Amino acid sequence: MMEFINFYFIPGLTLGGIYALGAVGISMIFGILRFAHFAHGDMLTVGAYAALTVVWFVGIPALGAIPIAILFTCLVALAMDRVFYKPLRALPTIYTVISSFGVALILRSAVQLIWGTDSQVYATGFQRPIVLFDSLLIATRHAQIIGATIVIAVLLHLFLTHTRTGKSMRAVSDDPQLARVAGLDPEKVVRWCWIIGASLAAIAGVFVGLDTDVHTNLGWNLLLPMFAAAILGGIGRPLGAMAGGMIIGLAEELCTYPLFGEPLLPASYKTAVAFLIMVGLLIFRPQGLFKGRLL
Amino acid sequence: MDASGILFYLIGFLTMGGIYAILCLALNIQWGFGGLFNAGIAGFYAVGAYTAAIITSANAPNHVGGFDLPIVVGLVGAGLVAGLLGWAVARICVRLKSDYLAMASIGIAEIIRLAIINEAWLTNGSLGISRIPRPLEGVLSGRASEIAFVLFVWIIVAVTYLVARQLYVSPWGRVMRAIRDNEETAQSIGKDVVRFREQTFVIGAVFMGVAGAVSAHYFKFFSPEATEPLLVTFLAWVMLIAGGSGNNKGAVAGALIVWAIWSMTEILTGLLPPEWATRSAYVRMLLIGLFLQFVLQHYRAGLFPEKSPKLRV
Repeated sequence: MMEFINFYFIPGLTLGGIYALGAVGISMIFGILRFAHFAHGDMLTVGAYAALTVVWFVGIPALGAIPIAILFTCLVALAMDRVFYKPLRALPTIYTVISSFGVALILRSAVQLIWGTDSQVYATGFQRPIVLFDSLLIATRHAQIIGATIVIAVLLHLFLTHTRTGKSMRAVSDDPQLARVAGLDPEKVVRWCWIIGASLAAIAGVFVGLDTDVHTNLGWNLLLPMFAAAILGGIGRPLGAMAGGMIIGLAEELCTYPLFGEPLLPASYKTAVAFLIMVGLLIFRPQGLFKGRLL
Repeated sequence: MDASGILFYLIGFLTMGGIYAILCLALNIQWGFGGLFNAGIAGFYAVGAYTAAIITSANAPNHVGGFDLPIVVGLVGAGLVAGLLGWAVARICVRLKSDYLAMASIGIAEIIRLAIINEAWLTNGSLGISRIPRPLEGVLSGRASEIAFVLFVWIIVAVTYLVARQLYVSPWGRVMRAIRDNEETAQSIGKDVVRFREQTFVIGAVFMGVAGAVSAHYFKFFSPEATEPLLVTFLAWVMLIAGGSGNNKGAVAGALIVWAIWSMTEILTGLLPPEWATRSAYVRMLLIGLFLQFVLQHYRAGLFPEKSPKLRV
């Protein structure tokens, strides 16, 4: 039992936390701008490398570098919206989807050009795990990631329900025409959508780097599980997306648990679980668990 | 480079350009005719390539295959298996709206990739399949075989083009375009939208499989690396958008033009200082990404916009 919690459940929550943070942005962009943002994974990569640069030059731990990573990723996101997505906004969204494929490529190759393609780590050396109740082992980085995800979920909830900006974001997501008639500034909402999406993507990127290593395909590899999480939670429901992320992360880790002696699924097929969930959801329940919108 | 060097560079260029032209025509059947956003081209391409490789390669001890059958059998087999896969995918995905279809098709392509890497008994895993024959290999060698191969590729491009053109001008093509442009209207005059969509998806998938088979014969060796989604799916999309989706001539022209840009940037980045030259692949990716944005913003209909055939009344 302890083995299950220590080696499957906790890593599952960690992975789930990372998916949760990435999926919020995807869900918001889908809800407000109404397109599937295929470059979102590569925003995680940008955040992870921005933090890596700070770690290199300032010498602080990666967690301390998160504010600068957030700032940098937000600037990149706002710039790419201005240059690449805004000119296409009046057209059918399919053009923006195609464009976002191109932006994904642009971001990734820019990262590869600037930082090279070798895998990097934020810090070397062994971290002693936290031991609770004699047998519960939690790696420090896992505790940090899970704790931070919970805090962010609470803050996000408060932001969306108690601030004017948060409320207007939900309004635009639910009914854009009504929101415009009510005098909400759509461009401001779009700007906030990118800021929140990019910030959480940057945090998720740094967390991936903390958990494993920093490499240029980091974000792209996580893109489909994050889409799966966003759909599972219901498009346009950021907190649903976080719940979806947790479920997908847990599903991926738990499916390798040797319940009957053999792993339920060979570890090499772990990532296929998220893809399968996503394809299954799209076919049978595209509105997700929490009644999201259908585009 | 002397004259014959340039000639053979050109032949290599036309061979790869031709393979992309087949892919691009296949995508045009799915997206240009039917408006189906298939972002999993690499999956069908890989399935076609592996089918052909297993059918035609010489005896192999490490995995299933080595049937050593003629190349034509391999091509037909590749088309059949990719088409069957396309049919299965279409059955479950074709009702999805564009963004969702894109996600689902990428997901399926990635599952196929995982299977190819992991099921070593079938595909020899990451080591790949070698000793895949080329047509007329016994008779011709060296440069003569390169020339024979480029002819082989372009014969297949021509066949694909003729099929695509016939489909486009046929009543079937008219229904397809009607569905693409206004699903409800097409449905209201009694067209079975889902069936027509399944048909376009399968036909496109067949030719994607054939393109995979041709490239397996060209490389003579096929490993999971060759199914990299960027090089297959993404490049094919850029080619079709640049050429003009809905226009078959545009699809072929787009494939050649983008492949020319791709190849020429290779020459250009070769002139860069050595520490940059190792990163040249990324400069090219960056340029292709920017090129796509440029086309989307300024030449949305592509270089050769779609021209619907005149109605004969």
